[in-house]
Amino acid sequence: MIRSFAHPMLAAPFLVLALWAGASAADPASAAPAAAGVQTATGGVAETILFYVFGALTLMSALGVALSRSVVRMAVWLFGALAGVAVLYFLLAANFLAAIQLIVYVGGTLVLLIFGVMLTAKSPRARLDTKPSQIWAAWAVCVLLLVALMTVIGRAEWPAQNPEAGGLPVAALGQELLTTYLVPFEVASVLLLVVMIGAAYLARQEK
Amino acid sequence: MLEIDLTRYLILAAAVFCVGIFVMMTKRNAIGILIGVELVLNAANINLVAFNRYQGGSLDGQITALFVIVLAAAEAAVAVAICVNFYKNLSTIDVDRGDSLQG
Repeated sequence: MIRSFAHPMLAAPFLVLALWAGASAADPASAAPAAAGVQTATGGVAETILFYVFGALTLMSALGVALSRSVVRMAVWLFGALAGVAVLYFLLAANFLAAIQLIVYVGGTLVLLIFGVMLTAKSPRARLDTKPSQIWAAWAVCVLLLVALMTVIGRAEWPAQNPEAGGLPVAALGQELLTTYLVPFEVASVLLLVVMIGAAYLARQEK
Repeated sequence: MLEIDLTRYLILAAAVFCVGIFVMMTKRNAIGILIGVELVLNAANINLVAFNRYQGGSLDGQITALFVIVLAAAEAAVAVAICVNFYKNLSTIDVDRGDSLQG
């Protein structure tokens, strides 16, 4: 069953790009108050449908990661989960973050992981099976954790505000990043330099 | 049912988080464990962005999520380098075999 789902999932990035184009085209319209009202009225149903479709895609892909046994298949399922999360960012009016998710996560981290798979397996489809007792223990822990989290989410009172239609513009994000968050930003860049040197040192060829 | 509110995002994130924990617990391949970590980080990011959206007014959640993405990329780079080294030394990627420090 898992195998048959792997191919239609490859259409996900195109769908995401189309959505992004749609979202950025709709952005100027939401600045006008009248247009914004119309957008939230009709956008409610579309948002609901999109949330359920892509939430299901994310969850299904995550389960695919958990249930498939070959690492290459796991990486492909992870791709579906990451793309689904990117669409959820669009729905949460975080356009820039969604683009970053696609560029850095799908384009960078996932490719890196696949390189790791190729470099560390004699055959890329090699399997390592887990003992059934360990799988049952993991099931028990995860179900308990999920029940606990659901209970907390259900009982807590979230001070939910109705979000504005368009969300804040990307320019505000850049401004925050270079004023309030300047120090973490610079630390992150130093960290990336250290990681680059460290990874090259760790993975170097022995002479 | 028609209104998407904060709770639905939180429930979805909790489910993805638990699946990520399951992956980390059951996979014996080091790269597989890394993939589980990525799922957990994504679940946390969904929470951050959802709270940012529904609390309104600021961008703190989105910027934190941005830093999480950057750190995840850095973590993956170092972890893959360590996995390659592990494979070179032990000729396997099975984490259960990395027990040479055990007494």
